[in-house]
Amino acid sequence: MQELVSIFVKAIFVENMIFAYFLGMCSYLAVSKTVKTGVGLGAAVIFVLGITVPINYLIENYLLAEGALTWIDPSFASVDLSFLSFIMFIAVIASMVQLVEMIVEKFAPALYGALGIFLPLIAVNCSILGGSLFMQERQYTNIVEATAFSLGSGVGWFLAIVAIAAIREKIRYSDVPAPLRGLGITFIITGLMGIAFMSFMGVEL
Amino acid sequence: MAETVDQDIEKKESEPLLSKKNRKLLTDPLDDDNPITVQVLGICSALAITVQVQQAVIMALSVVFVMIGGNLLVSLMRNVIPNRIRIIVQLVIVAALVILVDQILKAFVYDISKALSVFVGLIISNCIIMGRLEAFALGNKPWPSFLDAIGNAAGYGWILIAVAVVRELFGSGSFSLPGLGQVTLIPEAFYNFGYMNNNMMILPPMALVTVGVIIWIQRARNTKLVEEN
Repeated sequence: MQELVSIFVKAIFVENMIFAYFLGMCSYLAVSKTVKTGVGLGAAVIFVLGITVPINYLIENYLLAEGALTWIDPSFASVDLSFLSFIMFIAVIASMVQLVEMIVEKFAPALYGALGIFLPLIAVNCSILGGSLFMQERQYTNIVEATAFSLGSGVGWFLAIVAIAAIREKIRYSDVPAPLRGLGITFIITGLMGIAFMSFMGVEL
Repeated sequence: MAETVDQDIEKKESEPLLSKKNRKLLTDPLDDDNPITVQVLGICSALAITVQVQQAVIMALSVVFVMIGGNLLVSLMRNVIPNRIRIIVQLVIVAALVILVDQILKAFVYDISKALSVFVGLIISNCIIMGRLEAFALGNKPWPSFLDAIGNAAGYGWILIAVAVVRELFGSGSFSLPGLGQVTLIPEAFYNFGYMNNNMMILPPMALVTVGVIIWIQRARNTKLVEEN
């Protein structure tokens, strides 16, 4: 249990998707103009990450990795399909995103209108595919750990986008140099937030 | 399908290969319509792998390859892809190209491929590729799509390499190119006088600040890009 909490907290703070790996920056920059849309997209990311990483974990460990197919027949022990992982992961992600899109459209039309084009773009949100690829690289020992990691990453992304959206709402009232307005200042603020988040780096859990 | 290809050839004869419009496709993304600083696409990889110039160059080349291949294929198939499943079709095309790149990198430059870690795979979800496929290749003929791909990949590549040059120069005082290895740029005498490498530049957050400053410089020069607050 302690192990799981440690993976979860580490994924939120120490290995934050935005501040440590810059994953999902495109939608992070584009949808963070107001807190409301930020919360919506953040929630969608947590949800999609929480579903896709465990599914991809199963695919990786029971179909693709070297020796993963032994549950069918011991003679498959030397088969290594891991070069197919990109295509499998992205297919799972794309279909899950389609599903989430349909659910949101049906049950929360206002949110659907607000998120607009960015919901389908979650499919190409790097943080989602990044979550699956990190899961593959770090070799979590079981599916529960992988799920804890994915939820932690999602929550970390959520926190990051809500924080920047709140700052951007306030920054509208300040006098930023004209060429720096909008995108430029957002980059620099994100950099400063990243430096702040680096203080978690030495935390041992 | 065969008919449209014929039309393409006829049209091309009436229009010079590098007409003014086509040249614009090639040069616009370098500055006025830069994928990173103006369209805000493909930021993730631009920031994460710019610690060393070498990695940035390899990454930029990989993106050029995937982008040209993807744009050409999607543009050739644009009339047969059903609209509803176009995202999945595009993703599969891009994923196949990225697998190719990944295997080639693993075979020939294993060290760099290890250093790039997940970011090669992440070219699949690099927004710049999907963005250009959606916005351009789906509605245009192969030749303009090809030019658009080169233009955007070059616009992406030069920002990537610029950020990497700044970060590596100030962060480690050196410069690394594929095939050359590391070349120290700051002379030893500077260090003897107490010059220190700014280790901060190697840390991830400084990539963001560097891109922010590039945007600042670009918009100060090119005032029509300035945004409302």
